Parts: sequence; structure tokens; C-alpha cells
Amino acid sequence: MAEKFDIQEHKLIPKHTKLSDDEAQKLLEQYNVSLRQLPKILKSDPALKNFDIKPGDVIKIERESPTIGKVNFFRVVINA
Amino acid sequence: MYISYKRIEKITFGMLSPKMIKKMATAKIVTPELYDREGYPVDGGLMDIRLGIIDPGLRCKTCGGKLKECQGHFGYIELARPILHINYAKVIYNFLQCTCRECARVMIPEEERQNLLSKIDKYLQKGNVDAFRKIAKIARVMSRSVRKCPHCKAKQLSVKIEKPTTFFEDTKRLNPIEIRARMEKISDEDCLLLGLRPEFARPEWMILTVMGIPPVTMRPSITLETGERAEDDLTHKLSDIVRINQRLFENINAGAPEIIIEDLWDLLQYHVTTYFDNEVTQVPPARHRSGQPLKTLSERVKSKEGRFRHNLAGKRVNFAARTVISPDPKIGLNEVGIPKEVAMELTIPEVVTEWNINWLKEYIKRGPKQYPGANYVVMEDGKRKKISPETQEQIMNELTIGQAVERHILDGDVAIFNRQPSLHRMSIMCHKTRVLPGKSFRLNPAVCAPYNADFDGDEMNLHVPQTQEAMAEAEILMEVETQIMSPKNGLNIIGCIEDAVTGNYLLTKEAVMPKNEAIMLLISIGIDNTEKFKKFKENVTGKEIFSALLPKDFNFVGFSKNCKKHKVCEGKKCETDSFIVIKDGTLVTGVIDSNTIGEGNGTLLRDIHRIYDEQTSVDLFGKIFRLGIAYLNKFGLTIKTSDADIPSEIQGKVKEILETAEADVDKLIADFKADKLKAGVGSVSIKDTLERMILQRLNEARNEIGKLIARSAAPGNSSLIMSKSGSKGNILNLAQTAALVGQQALRGKRISKGYRNRTLSIFRQNDLSPAAHGFVRHSYKKGLNPFEFFFHAMTGRDSLMDTALRTPKSGYLYRRLANAMQDLKIEYDYTVRDANNAIVQFTYGDDGIDVSKSDGGTIDVKKIINEVEGTQ
Repeated sequence: MAEKFDIQEHKLIPKHTKLSDDEAQKLLEQYNVSLRQLPKILKSDPALKNFDIKPGDVIKIERESPTIGKVNFFRVVINA
Repeated sequence: MYISYKRIEKITFGMLSPKMIKKMATAKIVTPELYDREGYPVDGGLMDIRLGIIDPGLRCKTCGGKLKECQGHFGYIELARPILHINYAKVIYNFLQCTCRECARVMIPEEERQNLLSKIDKYLQKGNVDAFRKIAKIARVMSRSVRKCPHCKAKQLSVKIEKPTTFFEDTKRLNPIEIRARMEKISDEDCLLLGLRPEFARPEWMILTVMGIPPVTMRPSITLETGERAEDDLTHKLSDIVRINQRLFENINAGAPEIIIEDLWDLLQYHVTTYFDNEVTQVPPARHRSGQPLKTLSERVKSKEGRFRHNLAGKRVNFAARTVISPDPKIGLNEVGIPKEVAMELTIPEVVTEWNINWLKEYIKRGPKQYPGANYVVMEDGKRKKISPETQEQIMNELTIGQAVERHILDGDVAIFNRQPSLHRMSIMCHKTRVLPGKSFRLNPAVCAPYNADFDGDEMNLHVPQTQEAMAEAEILMEVETQIMSPKNGLNIIGCIEDAVTGNYLLTKEAVMPKNEAIMLLISIGIDNTEKFKKFKENVTGKEIFSALLPKDFNFVGFSKNCKKHKVCEGKKCETDSFIVIKDGTLVTGVIDSNTIGEGNGTLLRDIHRIYDEQTSVDLFGKIFRLGIAYLNKFGLTIKTSDADIPSEIQGKVKEILETAEADVDKLIADFKADKLKAGVGSVSIKDTLERMILQRLNEARNEIGKLIARSAAPGNSSLIMSKSGSKGNILNLAQTAALVGQQALRGKRISKGYRNRTLSIFRQNDLSPAAHGFVRHSYKKGLNPFEFFFHAMTGRDSLMDTALRTPKSGYLYRRLANAMQDLKIEYDYTVRDANNAIVQFTYGDDGIDVSKSDGGTIDVKKIINEVEGTQ
């Protein structure tokens, strides 16, 4: 068996952060969408281990892009 | 008409209760007869006029509507004995297994039962149907095959189904009456537990006591030319049902023996089963007298020819044509050649104005039978009048402004051209028409790539837009000019192919010709700007001729296919002349080949397209294409068997290389047998290592020979020219024909299948030599010996099967992908959204780059800066 490790530290896992309610509200206004129209992420997603989250929270994912540098992606937490 | 803007929140599917069926019905059907002696529909028959009207002149007895006004009404028949509904047989089986045979309760202990029920209640209130179904499934699994009822303690017998419609309890047969009695006893709560919502579907409704008869409008009869009536398949099936049902009634009333009644009952069950689904396994399909199976209810809906995929998802159009395609390099890239016959059938409505009325009258005068003529005139009220020798005169005199004349297709009209499978947007493009003699559609070979067309019998479709708006839309969005850059990788999908590449390669490589010949060549492809010819001296090089096509301000730097990729480019001194420089519209150095003008990687074409407008670039593409072909016509190019001849000293060298390779392999094998070989990287076995090394060594030898052939071939070798220019074939093909075919591989390994420990019986067992494992050391030209031939046929068959099996698989995969993503759309804020306006990507592709306008998916900032600054 391979050694256990923290996948949140792994270089292939992009950085996940929770948006504050204000930031989330701003995001929804910016794109003129409701929470249901955002891409989803399971509450049980391994990348969100040890996060203090509830369904309806918005997660910001900062990804690396070979063409543009940094890309922000947003997902709303849902229950399984 | 009243339009209501309401959103469908949910749809509930349920079963029809006998009560509901009777309520819906307008007539009770009691007789299998259809018409009386006068041919009038019988009352209480299957064609009863209360069920709707399919004959002109009659009026519906229910709604009073005439043909087409009345959409039809349902009827019903009372079944003499209950009948199982075939599509619910499985559900019935489940219910029988899960409920007690005595008390008809679901066999789950009370406590657990309440628990599940409260969960179901919770989920249903939330409207979470999926969760409800999951619980119901758990309940079914829990209560199935329980030996003793937890409620009434009754012992259970095992229920078995004998497909499709017979049930047994232990060995005793359960007839539908008994089953229905059990279903009736099941409480509403228990229904819920097993996954049925009793308000929409009571379990006893799965066993039919009355049956709905669909309206006649849904099963119209056809009158044949002989005056005979041919009834619809459904009517046939229904009349079978009604007939047997009546017989069953009579027998029961007459007190016939139980055996006879049971036989009839089974027969009725068969008819009802095939009425719903005529493709049930273990049931012989009901057939016509001709022997062909009837198309009953399920078959009407199911599969590709069914209602959904054929009638609802599939649409048919007018003003379309389909025929075989053939190439014509002399028409423009954006043109399509149309046979005169087609041009006279497809029309364009031309609205009459005071300026074109006389012009249009000429068309009417020529009529539908003489080429540029007209077929119909559309009146102001939308009525169409056919132009014929009789009506011609009158129509012409009455022609007024505002009417429209449907005239034949002329050169330069807008048409939409398509080849299936339409896998990407370039599969449907807009072309300008060109009416030509012959019976096939003609297209420029350069647009074969976007359509994925060839001329081995391919057919294509052509559509003619009928309104100005449609024509404008097609021209702006779908013209060939707008589709040059592929949206999948930002490379040009339209470029020079085959002869056009070879021709330009030869022209720019070494051609020199007298001034008058050069000018003739250029004029023949449509260059009539004499300005360009002034620079020509006594003898003109091919590079100068090519330059004559280019715009004066065009600059370009690139590399050709044969570039050796030196660390520091040798520039103008490059031995293969691979450094291409175009300065102020003059090709200074370099040869033009598939790398610069070819399809999929034509860097030169790409730059032209980027700098100039689409019209100019398409024009230029066409000229380059035609120049290549014109020059090749003049130069002449033939592949011949002597292309594969090699001088004897080279032959000697080939033999030498082969022998050393074989000696090396022998040594490897000897090492292996002497256990001197070490396993390679990774945990592969020593045997695998040996195999890999042998394969590597033999391929090495073949590549070496390939290079040798390429080096030694005569400069005029046509096969070599084609492979060097990148138009067709590669060096390997030539080497295989001239020197040796090489190792045959199955799934990346040497051939090892066949007999025990050997591939063919002429070899010794455990022979590891190259020849025994598919190494072909002869060339195609010399000929293969029998076992080489066999090995070659093995890999040939393998790859043939592979492609034959892979194509439909990947096609289906693609279809699913395309269907899943078909309504994704980029909004103005660059987000990608689906039909619900839900976000899929926050910026298209996460970087917002339009691939078709990019440099292979990226944006080359340096290049742009260089261009802006004007430095190279």
C-alpha cells in the first residue's frame, strides 16, 4: 500500500477555499444566477475534507491554466 | 388563439383504471365486424363512427366534426375474463412475491414497515421521487421470499413466473382472476411501500378487465387502387381480440367445459399480449397473411423507426437534392456544381417588382421545361399556380408586383451543402451554385476534408434557402470562406491536397521556364494582372511564378516539412531549402510543401487568412491550388514500378544491414538461451525484454534501410517526390515496396499465435528467430514467400477488423457526447451555459480563447508584438 498523504496538499489538487456570504452574494449578482445554476460539488468531496461547510456554501477553486495563468472556478456545495 | 405562458412543474404517469377507461370511452365495442354490406361502419364495431372519422363525407357521431376536424375518441371493450397486461408482468410478479397470500400485506415486520412508510411520506412531500423509489426497492428486497408472514403468520408458497404471462404458486397455476383478487386486497399503504402511488396506480389495474380501444384516426385504413380496403395492423389485432372475447363470452354463458374456456382465455391473453408488444420473447409474433409480423403498439413507439426518433426528432424538408459527388478542381472552393436536372427542379421564389417584372416574364415564358425557366408562381394570397403550356399565357398577363416567381437555380445562387454524418459544423456549409452538365454534384477537392468526403460513390445533400433572410444567414454564417479555420484546433481545415501540394513543391523547388511559358501558366489559372509579369526576366524560376500570386505587402517566415531542425537555423544556406522567407510578396528562399499550404498545418495559408479578409484569402487559396495542379499537368508525374528499383550496390547494402540485424538478433536469442539476458526496466519478464529488444533491433534495421532508399533514390523518383512534398505516402511505403516489408506486429508484439510453441508448422517449436515470428524480409516488389504472406495477411485482417469494429463504436460515443452538449452556449459574459441557464464554465474553455482564431489553442503574444512593430 502506498503511503497515506493529505490530498489537499497534492500538487494536482487545485486550491479550494470557501467564499464568505458576501463574496458569494456578489458572485451570484455578477453572473445573474441563482445557487441552483452554479456547478456543484459534493459535501463529501475529498478536496473539502475538514472544511466547515454546509449545503449552499460556495467554494472557490483556483486552477492553473497553461494558456492564461490562473483561473477561478466556483462550485456550490450540495448534499449527496 | 389563447397562449398561456406557464411552466410545466411536473408530470405524473399513472395507469388507467377500468372506471377511467369507461369514462373516456364514447363507444362499447361488441362486434369484430368492421363494415356492413354497403361498406358503412358497423355500430359497435371497431370502425364505429363514434370513434372518429377517416372517410371524407362522414361526420363524427361524438363531436360532429368532419374528417381532419375530429381528432378521434376512445372506445372500450369489456373483457370476458381478466387479462394480464404484458408490460406489467414484472411488477405483478414483484407484488405477488412481496405480499402475503393470506392477508395480502407486505411481509415486513410492523416496526420496520412504519419506519419505511414515514421515510416515504417525507420524501414524497419533498417531491424527491428518486429517494422514494430507492426506499420502495429496499422494501421489495426485504419482503421478497419471506417464508412466513410476519403479520398473520401464514406459511408462504413460492411464486414463480413462467414467461411471459403465466404464474405458478408452487405447482398450482394462478389465473388472472386469482391474481387480481390478491391485488385488490393490498392496502393503499402497502402499495406505497412497494413503489406505487395508489391514487394514480392501483395494482389491480395492471390486470385488465376492460380495455381501451384507440380512436380510428390513429389506425386509419387505406383504400387500395383496386377499391379494396386495407386495414391498419392495430385494427387487425383489435378485431382478433374482439372476436375471441365474444367467443369466450358465448362459451361462458353456454356453460361450456372448463378446458375450452381456459383455451380461449389463453388465446385472448395471447392476442392482448401481442396487441401491446409483438416482440415479446417466447411469444410467437402475430403475423399478416403474407407472413410479415404486425406492427403493434410498442413497435410504433420504439427504436429508430418509431414515433420518437423517426417522426418527432426526424424532420423532412422540401427544396433539397441528393446525388453522387465528383471532383472538379476548376470550380471555386466556395462553389458547388449542380446538374441541370436538379437546377430545374429546385427553385427560388423571386418577388416581382417593377424592375424585374420583364426579366421574370422571360422565365415564365420558358416555363418548367427549358433551362433558365420557372415552375410556379405564388399569388399574393399564397396560392401556387403551376406554369404549364396551357396556363403560361394567362399567368404572364396577370403577373403583378407582389407575386413571386419560383425560378430555376442560376449560377451564383445560395445553396447549403451537407454530407452525413454531420459531425461538426463544417459538415454543412454554404456554397454558391454553378449549373454544370452531368448528373453529379461537383465540389472542389480542397473542401473534401471538412466534409470528410471522397469520390468512391459518396452522396451529398443540397438545400436551397427560400427567403432572403435565410439566404443572408447562410451566407454570413455558413459560407466556406468562414469555415477555413477549424474550431477544434485553430488550424486550417481547408488547404491544398494531393496534386496541388506536389505541383507547388516541384514548382518552388527547382522549376525554371522561359518567360512566355511562365506567363501562360499564370494566365491559365486566372492571374491577369500584367503588373506582376514585368519583373520576369528571360528565364523565370518557380519561386518567381509562385510569388506572382502573393499580395505585395505579404511577409512570412516558416519552415518546410524536410527541415532538419538544426540547433541554429542555417537560413538561406539550408541544404534542403527548408527555410522559407517571403518578403514583400516575394518568395526569397524555401520550398512550398504540405507544411506551408497543406490541410491541417498550412502555416502560410494560416498567415494569409489572418492578415487579409476572407474573400482575398479564399481567392488566393484557389489560385495556389490551381497553380499547383497546372504546373503538375505541365511537368507530368507518374508513379511507376521502376520507382521501386534499387541499384545493385544499394541492394548489397540493404542485405548487409539486414544480415547484421539478424546476426544481432541471433546473438540476443543465444544470450537469452544461455540465461545471460537481464530483465529490463520495470517488472517485465526476461522473455518480454528479449521480445522488445528483437522488435527494436528489427525496426531499427528497417528505418535504416528506409533512409538508405530515400538517399539513393533517383531525384526524379515520383514516389519520393510525393512523400517529400507531403502530398501522399511516406518513405516507409517506398522502402516496403523496394527493399523489405519488415516486422508484422499484432497488438504491438511479434506474431506468436498459431500452433503449440510455434506460429506455423514449418517452423521448429520454440524457434525465436525473426522469420518464425512474422519478420518479412522480402519487398512487395520481389514478392513474399508463403509464410511471409500469411503473416502479412494476419496483420492485414486484424487492422481491417479493428477499423470495422471501431467506427460504429466511436460513432455512438460521439453521438452521445454531441447530444449531451448540443445546447451549451457561450453567453455575452463569456460564460458557457446550458438550456436552464446554469453555468457550465465561467469563461469559455477557462481562458476565453476562440480556438479558431488562436495559434493552435494559445495566443502567441510575441508574434503579435513582432507584427505590430513590423520586425521579423
